Amino acid sequence: MFLKQNKIQKNEEFLTLSEGQLMWRQFFKHKVAVVSSIILIFLYTVVIFANFFAPYGMLTGHKFHLYAPPQITKINFVDNEGNFHIRPFIYRQVAVRDPKTLRFVYQDNLKQKDFIYFFVRGEPYTMLGFIKSDIHFFGVKEGNFFLLGTDIIGRDLLSRIIFGGRVSLSIGLIGVIILVIIGTIVGTVSGYFGSWIDNLIQRIIEIIRTIPQVALWMALASIIPKEWPSTYVYLGIVIIFGLISWAGLAREVRGKVLAIRRSDFIYAAEISGASTSRIIAKHIIPNVLSHIIVIATLSIPIMIIGEAALSFLGLGIKPPMTSWGLLLTQLREVQTLKHYPWLISPAGFIVVSVLCFNFIGDALRDVNDPHSR
Amino acid sequence: MGLLSYIVKRTLFSIPVIIVISILCFGIIQLPPGDYADAYAAVAASTGGGSVSKEYLEKIRERYGLDQPFWIQYWRWVKGFPEGDFGIAMSLQGTPVTDLLKERLPMTLFLNFSALIFALMIALPIGIYSATHQYSLLDYLLTFIAFIGIAIPGFILAVFIIAISIFWFDSSYIGRLYSNEFIGKAWNMDKTIDFLKHLPVPIITIGIAQTSNTMRIMRGNMLDVLKQPFIQTARSKGLSEPVVNWKHAARIAINPIISRIGVYLPEIIATEMLVSIVLNLNTIGPLFYDSLIAQDMYLAGTILLVISIILVLGNLIADVALALSDPRIRHELN
Repeated sequence: MFLKQNKIQKNEEFLTLSEGQLMWRQFFKHKVAVVSSIILIFLYTVVIFANFFAPYGMLTGHKFHLYAPPQITKINFVDNEGNFHIRPFIYRQVAVRDPKTLRFVYQDNLKQKDFIYFFVRGEPYTMLGFIKSDIHFFGVKEGNFFLLGTDIIGRDLLSRIIFGGRVSLSIGLIGVIILVIIGTIVGTVSGYFGSWIDNLIQRIIEIIRTIPQVALWMALASIIPKEWPSTYVYLGIVIIFGLISWAGLAREVRGKVLAIRRSDFIYAAEISGASTSRIIAKHIIPNVLSHIIVIATLSIPIMIIGEAALSFLGLGIKPPMTSWGLLLTQLREVQTLKHYPWLISPAGFIVVSVLCFNFIGDALRDVNDPHSR
Repeated sequence: MGLLSYIVKRTLFSIPVIIVISILCFGIIQLPPGDYADAYAAVAASTGGGSVSKEYLEKIRERYGLDQPFWIQYWRWVKGFPEGDFGIAMSLQGTPVTDLLKERLPMTLFLNFSALIFALMIALPIGIYSATHQYSLLDYLLTFIAFIGIAIPGFILAVFIIAISIFWFDSSYIGRLYSNEFIGKAWNMDKTIDFLKHLPVPIITIGIAQTSNTMRIMRGNMLDVLKQPFIQTARSKGLSEPVVNWKHAARIAINPIISRIGVYLPEIIATEMLVSIVLNLNTIGPLFYDSLIAQDMYLAGTILLVISIILVLGNLIADVALALSDPRIRHELN
């Protein structure tokens, strides 16, 4: 009896929920997408407060730690004498020259334990332009701690990944905003006004889609003047991404608008004297919005990969700025990869963030599809 | 004959498309400011390419009409194309572009085509299996692998494969399309065997993303088709499960994939370019990249146009293939 009542109550609650609340509920059923969202929120938080989370500065070199291997596997709780420490520690890394190859080899000094602390004082920084501090999320008080190793001039790879994430993760977002604005306007105009405008826009979209996107990105990125500062280059690339990729979205929006255009509530609005701009803004856009969000979400990973590819090939972001793609550039020398395999770790960050966006996009598409409910 | 007139109509329609694309490509060539010949001379001097002779620069100016207005320059650029004269590659000591294309285009087409076939051959059976064994352990596993396959960009996969091959495998067949000793040699038995040994890595690397994509789409299509009444009819006739799945359901579920080949092609071509640059393959991709690095925009624009034309033709073939495969479309044409 009680069970039955409970069920009815649940059903009633279901009926009073708004469309948006229903969608949220549906979304939370996709466990993978929820986990992906948490990972992405974490990544974005870390890169926004990069100065705090990164143990070192983006450009700080350590001249006695060139190509130092990662210490992530060397975090200990028990020392070599068998004593347990509640606080994790690492043995201090010492560089020794290999007498044969003359390359630096790193050994652990078993006498020197460096304990790892949270909120330690380190390099001073100014975060987001106004927060002055020298407290870092984690680190050691003496010595050095390179969680993911260092590069050719001894810069901490993890710090560079965190700072590079600012570029890699923001390019997708900003590019997608441009894409959504252009795509929505073009698609709505094409679908709503129809006739020759629609025809013309459709032909233009077809032609844009015929030129391979990545090749076009490469060509346009190579035109960005070499002498520009890296912030301009960054903006240039964002704009190129946004300006080229709207065709797919415009096409989808147009299809949706075309379908909605013929429905009764639009006729009703027209008859009651609503202006065209009001109909588009109040009745049409809200109805295609969920589609736009799905496509926008699925476009972000494409742009993240695009930026990585361009920077990897030396056509994208340039130093002193860095990005995940640019960090991988050093691997184009096969020998580097062979001797210093940890330099591939930025690729992991690219794959994880792309994967997360794809999972979320897929879940949103599912939620959006009325058949799945 | 409806099909034939359809093919003719589609072919005629692609001509204006190609013309518009050529204008766009020429617009990109024209984007960098300044007289191209001067810029080229400056680049050659700064990169240690030595000084460029005055006569050579004059020859370039004359060939491309660099002091003329946009449309005349455009005309000078395109007028030779129908006859197979694609101009000269300024960054490569004036080598005719036609020679470069002749050398690299067949390999490019071959790689792209093989990657597409590879993707379909692997993805379709797996997609059908996944759909007929929905929510089984293997289905989950395959879906997961497919997601990762989509998320790993081709060029990074190429770097991974190079890394793995260095550590664990015989790396002599990784990168390039044939070993050093065969460069510039005519095709014979040894070279072909060597070539075939080099082939799997690029094809798998290029094809993997589309394989994953196709797999998921095929699975979705199959699930949709399997719910349809005619499948129930087939079952109630007493047909065996494999016949129902493979003959009745798959036959219909495959059509959206064929119509999507037009969507796959640009992605495969793009991946092929990036992978070829990383693996140093003898295709159009590295040529395009080198021309961009050397700021030889005429060569880059020409290659961009050639790739786009390949895509237009690819779409044409995909449309015709769909008409051949789907009787409903053939019926509409008649």
